[in-house]
Amino acid sequence: MTPAENEPLAADQEGEAIKAIPLRHPWRVLIAALLVLTLAVFVIDAGQREEFGWANVSKYIFDKRISQAALVTLQLTVYAMVIAIALGLLLAIMRLSPNPVVKSVAWLYIWIFRGTPVYVQLVFWGIVGLIYPVLTIGVPFMTPWISFQNDILTNLFVTAVIGLALNEAAYMSEIVRAGLLSVDEGQEEASRALAMSWGQTMRVVVVPQAMRIIIPPTGNEVISMLKTTSLVAAIPLSIDLYGVSRGISAVTFTPVPLLIVASLWYLLFTSILMVGQHFIEKRFARGSGRRKAEKSLQPRGPLPAAGDITNIRVNNKSEDKQ
Amino acid sequence: MSGTPMVLADRVSKSFGSNKVLRSISLSVEPGEVLCLVGPSGSGKSTFLRCINHLERVDAGRLSVDGQLVGYRQKGEKLYELRPKEASFQRREIGMVFQRFNLFPHLTALENIIQAPMRVKGIPKAKAIKRAIELMERVGLGDKADHYPAHLSGGQQQRVAIARALAMDPKLMLFDEPTSALDPELVGEVLDVMKELASTGMTMIVVTHEMGFAREVADSLVFMDGGVVVESGNPREVLANPQHERTRAFLSKVL
Repeated sequence: MTPAENEPLAADQEGEAIKAIPLRHPWRVLIAALLVLTLAVFVIDAGQREEFGWANVSKYIFDKRISQAALVTLQLTVYAMVIAIALGLLLAIMRLSPNPVVKSVAWLYIWIFRGTPVYVQLVFWGIVGLIYPVLTIGVPFMTPWISFQNDILTNLFVTAVIGLALNEAAYMSEIVRAGLLSVDEGQEEASRALAMSWGQTMRVVVVPQAMRIIIPPTGNEVISMLKTTSLVAAIPLSIDLYGVSRGISAVTFTPVPLLIVASLWYLLFTSILMVGQHFIEKRFARGSGRRKAEKSLQPRGPLPAAGDITNIRVNNKSEDKQ
Repeated sequence: MSGTPMVLADRVSKSFGSNKVLRSISLSVEPGEVLCLVGPSGSGKSTFLRCINHLERVDAGRLSVDGQLVGYRQKGEKLYELRPKEASFQRREIGMVFQRFNLFPHLTALENIIQAPMRVKGIPKAKAIKRAIELMERVGLGDKADHYPAHLSGGQQQRVAIARALAMDPKLMLFDEPTSALDPELVGEVLDVMKELASTGMTMIVVTHEMGFAREVADSLVFMDGGVVVESGNPREVLANPQHERTRAFLSKVL
């Protein structure tokens, strides 16, 4: 009658289930109730206050000018981030270079652009067009071969993108550098031992693994950039989301509803970016996944090996699409 | 009669800062030979192995693989350092297996194997995959091609790493303590693959603590200590009847 060892116990042979009276948490309940109550009071009160101008919020939230300005904000964010990531990668590689001059130049760049306020930098870029009205190509201090008007920095939108990107690149380079350094040295060594070149090693082996470390903080930076674009007023550029809502409220004398409108649009974009970041993170977690391991743990035992492989193949494909 | 040795080291020395790791190492490995390098940790055996495919740079002496100087080109009296591209070219024919496997964790076993043949040798993908599957079967992992390294056991990972090195069709294979990071029950499966490889006539240099493997498979054994070759010869003879005191002391600890 005694059960053989190693054999799983049948349900009726297990010990008696524990039926204890759970520990009470009165403070937890009280604090939760207080928070909910406070929030409710605030919402009800805010709904009744004239100054919030809810009628104006719903009037302007889908205003053509506002949605167009939102698009400008989005463009500023995307362009500035794309340039910043490319430049950040370059700076990160420069900082890891064995060449001391190259290394120092990258350090100097980061020192300056990270060490001064972005608002001050934007004001500065707004003025640079006046300091350098004419761009020339030729031997320094001699009669130039070609010279042309500095049209680049008289375009305020382009100036804003450049100003935001150059500042952001300093932060991105540190993020990229941390990512590159996080990859085990053995990876680079194995790649070199396989006769792959430095470029191939970076592209195929190091950067894809560094991405796992780089993406979460980069997501933060994108969200941060979306909001930093409101500082382009310093250039002064006023066609972005915040600039236009300020412009409208200056005419209608209703600042509060337009601040709410702008905030709602910022929140919408931020939320979309968070979802996007989630999927990109999933994509680059391939092969590392505790998540993935959990998934493949179940079929491993009972299923034949072939079934296991097709499972994983299907998973790969669906991930690639994302 | 005898052709060019596969590896020829002539008074090779190497220091890290003031630490002399290799002191005037001379040895040669003939094509098809299996050489086991043994010795206490810090004796310089791994460093020597890494010098052979120029992962480390030699400070003094001459080191050549298949008649070609490693890492340098000789023109008259002068030595010229090779460009990275040229150094890479030399490594194409030298496979290396690491103690910690160093598989690329973001790629499946199959993807690990096909990268170098495709990117370095320009072999078309379909052909590289076909060859990779053959190699996976050869190391006994025909059904694991689509697994990520994290989902393979240590022994399986090391066998994938061997297949990855073989995919470049090397004429020389370097093994840097290939079983040291493995659980004891997984050592055998990796040694079996290496034995099979040795039986096909592959030239192999194996840094190892597996004296059984050395006795059974190796053609010669070199015992290193403190950056010098203390003793070398037929592995069965050296292991049964070590001539040098230091060899005896070491063997008494590991056997």
